[in-house]
Amino acid sequence: MKVLVGVKRVLDPQVKARVKADKSGIDLTNAKMTMNPFCENAVEEAIRLREAGSIEEVVALSIGVAKSEETLRNALALGADRAILVLTEEVLEPLAIAKVFKAIVEKESPGLVLVGKQSIDDDCNQTGQMLSALLDWPQATFASNLELVDGTALVTREVDSGLETINVNMPAVISADLRLNVPRYASLPNVMKAKRKPLEKINLADLGLDTANRMTTIEVMEPPARAAGVMVESVAELVDKLRNEAKVI
Amino acid sequence: MSILVIAEHDNASLVGATLNTVTAAHQIGGDIDLLIAGNGCSAAAQEATQVFGVNRVLLADDPSLEGQLAENIANLVVSIAGNYSHVLTAATTFGKNFMPRAAALLDMSQISEISEVISADTFVRPVYAGNAMAKVQSSDKIKLITVRTTKFDPAAATGGSAAVETIETLADSGLSRFLGLSSSDSERVELTSAAIVISGGRGMQNGENFHMLESVADKLGAAVGASRAAVDAGFVPNEYQVGQTGKVIAPDLYIAVGISGAIQHLAGMKDSKTIVAINKDSEAPIFQVSDYGLVADLFEAVPELDKAL
Repeated sequence: MKVLVGVKRVLDPQVKARVKADKSGIDLTNAKMTMNPFCENAVEEAIRLREAGSIEEVVALSIGVAKSEETLRNALALGADRAILVLTEEVLEPLAIAKVFKAIVEKESPGLVLVGKQSIDDDCNQTGQMLSALLDWPQATFASNLELVDGTALVTREVDSGLETINVNMPAVISADLRLNVPRYASLPNVMKAKRKPLEKINLADLGLDTANRMTTIEVMEPPARAAGVMVESVAELVDKLRNEAKVI
Repeated sequence: MSILVIAEHDNASLVGATLNTVTAAHQIGGDIDLLIAGNGCSAAAQEATQVFGVNRVLLADDPSLEGQLAENIANLVVSIAGNYSHVLTAATTFGKNFMPRAAALLDMSQISEISEVISADTFVRPVYAGNAMAKVQSSDKIKLITVRTTKFDPAAATGGSAAVETIETLADSGLSRFLGLSSSDSERVELTSAAIVISGGRGMQNGENFHMLESVADKLGAAVGASRAAVDAGFVPNEYQVGQTGKVIAPDLYIAVGISGAIQHLAGMKDSKTIVAINKDSEAPIFQVSDYGLVADLFEAVPELDKAL
């Protein structure tokens, strides 16, 4: 069995996003880019499944600009066997991304698709759910544990009220939460080896899909800033301020 | 225009986030129908009839909706979505799970976590962990929207007089099965609805030390939360996590203890009305968003705070 795993190139989460002066978006000029953290969890889980002998091959997929090759090379250095890059200069919405994924799934026939639950740039949290809908496959989102049992997947999901357990048929789409695993680091020899692993490039236009965006971004604004606070010297002063100034206790 | 709000509930009663979602629907404008989908959920439907401003309560009560699996809820929503201009639900793990699935089945985009309604087709939503706000306009025929509930006041839970209409349910998809839900037992107020929250971070050092925060929480009628670092370290369960990808909350008072203030944590609490930070590192970024900062060893400051209350 083969696992298809999605990886997205995003602004490094440690870097503060800066709004462009013309309010057209976020300034990514010379910004440090990295693999979306939840995608790292998805890649790690796929590699662990292969190491456990549950699957044979890990194929990493990214959709985006030519520089996304760096992110895919990172996935290959972590242990993915090969990679596919669907090239586009457009910033696609999750529905369009899901359609591209579906086209690749139909080509590759994986038994499982692993994605991150959310990307930390647009914070949409949609792609995995949309892909499973388009494929008429089951979904297991926000996974913190995954076991493959008798041709099905047993998944623990992190939900607002605690931990939910579901069992889904395979093939399925599973979206990774942070506690699914602790991603490894790529060793230098593996980084070197990754440069020679196969990476196929496909132009988005050649897939013949309707990927038109449904939304127009009118402007991107700075959030309202909080007024500067004060430092207090003691717990007694803090309690006094909370009681008599903020009146919140 | 007519708007469908998909309620979150536990069969017996509505989850509070539903009331905030109804307010967002009011701001868009139009008749509001509230869908209650579950197994044995007529009590939640009765409660829903009282919500102010709701036109009709649609009740889908069927064993196939046990556990509210995304596949079955999405199919049900798709079967009635054609009657509406907008479909809304709260951006909770419940809403985030089924709504994109329903949107894709309808070949519509989803507008995630709106924080402001500008008009019937234009909304503001936070991106990059709330470090930027995007104003977006949707051209889709049906707008499928999840709502950041901290940005909308709750609708009145009483004063309404909607009728309940039972709607046709669909067969189980057969794709997935709900096996169970485990929650940590807590008599304390829920994190997302608490007026006061006290959260601990990596500085708490272990799970045992969270008892110090619980003691303060009990005196203040507060909920206890945690940073991602504290959850990752196994100090407390995942449902405590406040942040970009955990719970987003905006209580009247948020007390951050031993939390440095990573971007992803600030995203989950910076809309709180009053923020207190207690940290021994005076350079910690949490002090940049706090109204009251105290540079102190939390193992001295928290017991002292407990005594002072």
